[in-house]
Amino acid sequence: MNIGYDLIIDEITTGSKVLDLGCGNGELLHLLQEKKRAIPYGVEISEEGVFQCVEKGLYCYQGDIDEGLADYKNNSFDYVILNQTLQITKRPAYVLCEMMRISKNAIVSFPNFGHLKTRLQLMVKGTMPKNVLLPYEWYETPNIHLLTIRDFQDFCDKNKFPVKREYHFSPSINGESRRVRFCYNMLAQYGFFVLNGEHFSGLNEC
Amino acid sequence: MDTAETFEKHSVGLVETRYYTFDRLPLRSGKILEPVTLAYETYGTLNENKTNAILIVHALSGSAHAAGHHTREDKHPGWWDIYIGPGKPFDTDKYFIICSNIIGGCSGSTGPSSINPATGKPYGLDFPMITVQDMVNAQWHLVKHLGIEKLLSIAGGSLGGMQTLKWAIVYPDMVNSVIAIASAASLSAQGIALNEVGRQAIMNDPNWNDGNYYNAKGPDAGLSLARMIGHITYLSEKHMHEKFGRRFKDEDLSVASFKHVFMVESYLHHQGNKFVDRFDANSYLYITKAIDYFDLHKDYGTLHSAFAHVMANFLVISFTSDWLYPSSQSKEIVQALRVNGKNVMYTDIETDMGHDTFLLDYEPLKKTISNFLMREFERVSREHHDI
Repeated sequence: MNIGYDLIIDEITTGSKVLDLGCGNGELLHLLQEKKRAIPYGVEISEEGVFQCVEKGLYCYQGDIDEGLADYKNNSFDYVILNQTLQITKRPAYVLCEMMRISKNAIVSFPNFGHLKTRLQLMVKGTMPKNVLLPYEWYETPNIHLLTIRDFQDFCDKNKFPVKREYHFSPSINGESRRVRFCYNMLAQYGFFVLNGEHFSGLNEC
Repeated sequence: MDTAETFEKHSVGLVETRYYTFDRLPLRSGKILEPVTLAYETYGTLNENKTNAILIVHALSGSAHAAGHHTREDKHPGWWDIYIGPGKPFDTDKYFIICSNIIGGCSGSTGPSSINPATGKPYGLDFPMITVQDMVNAQWHLVKHLGIEKLLSIAGGSLGGMQTLKWAIVYPDMVNSVIAIASAASLSAQGIALNEVGRQAIMNDPNWNDGNYYNAKGPDAGLSLARMIGHITYLSEKHMHEKFGRRFKDEDLSVASFKHVFMVESYLHHQGNKFVDRFDANSYLYITKAIDYFDLHKDYGTLHSAFAHVMANFLVISFTSDWLYPSSQSKEIVQALRVNGKNVMYTDIETDMGHDTFLLDYEPLKKTISNFLMREFERVSREHHDI
């Protein structure tokens, strides 16, 4: 479940103010606190997740990730993280715009629906893909906005979201994230984007 | 100590209420209350650095007696005994716990039933109107008297939660953390309406006599009715249904009559009657009015500016089935704190038990409080060590 943690930790500069949307049990925030002396904040929908955050001494808000984002001032955070959660959000465009508004940087990582395994499963077997990336049956999946890396690139282009960095990857056996440069929309299991929110001032821009 | 044999293992054992009297308290209304006595109890030991003190503040009908027993024969422990004691969330092996009664009350602190020094008779309605801030200002005197410069935490539910918020706003440098449970920045119109029905029940009791009843029979019927209304608001519809359903108190009676009561009626009667023995009707009027007037939005322009200068870390807890202090009102507090960049932990605990959940033995609540306090104490100890 620690997908992309190493990339996120590398990305974040020491002493940053970080908001993790969908922070789960708070493990990533806890690591950022330890390794990067980050000032961590979290939002999590599950009661159990929030309880575990309290145990770790993290400040976490129980609610939907898009709840209350509007109240934050522009650039309130150095980083806002949306890790493996974009495909679950009800209003992805809204959440992304708000992330860029309230933070200098927005880190977005998601399972790539364009990955070869997924494509083959649908084409050859003719069933809804269920694999490491998408571990759910069609009838129980929380994923409502699945996307490919190319979809996200097009989306950023269309909305003029300034992409700072892209670093599409697949986890190696030891859990380390390995960058996929070649044919990434087919070969990278996950998309990883850092968007520049520093000069992004609001929803009217999307 | 032989208390362990008499009481359960995790009880603080035998305790006594103490009293602190100070000269005067200027009130928000401009009037001055003098002298002022506060009833309080303490459990556990204050550490050398005085960094482990926690103030517990109570709700409408609470008292200073939050934990333990007053006598060996006393079957009923303090009102938050489930949460306070050795090994409990407010762990008396680790923390020094103070529970203060509020002014306006009737459990040992200065209130409408106290003697007015100007007349030598009970105040009655001559008692000045009080606010939540006045309650907090009085507690400030007590905390200072106990030699504590900074509280590790302040915790309370309902009206207690309102007091914790006020503490953090008015005395920011004295509060390390706040635990506000089932609380609100202001009571809803529905809440005010229900309080007013309770007040009218008292005022319409002929025995109330404009508040002058201390030498005669008091407005028991009115106070009891007010309490019955209160108890309806403390439970959720679902919990009430599960607890009582449509069962009758006496199933054998087959004839319909006004004496043939449902369990829920019997429960309310019992709560009403029990309350009359321990609570003063005038106190009920003054305290509910203080709750109604409490309004952080109005007092500070916006809720956002109310919290602009607080320094405490917050644990805010609401209960999904609480309709008297609904989750949305806790969320509003949390939002205002978050926007101000304050450290706030918020959980909306899934429960059917309504507003009163904070008084019940409820594991998720215990665990959350316990972990929060543990982390806050670690942080404070670390900071103290660094200095």
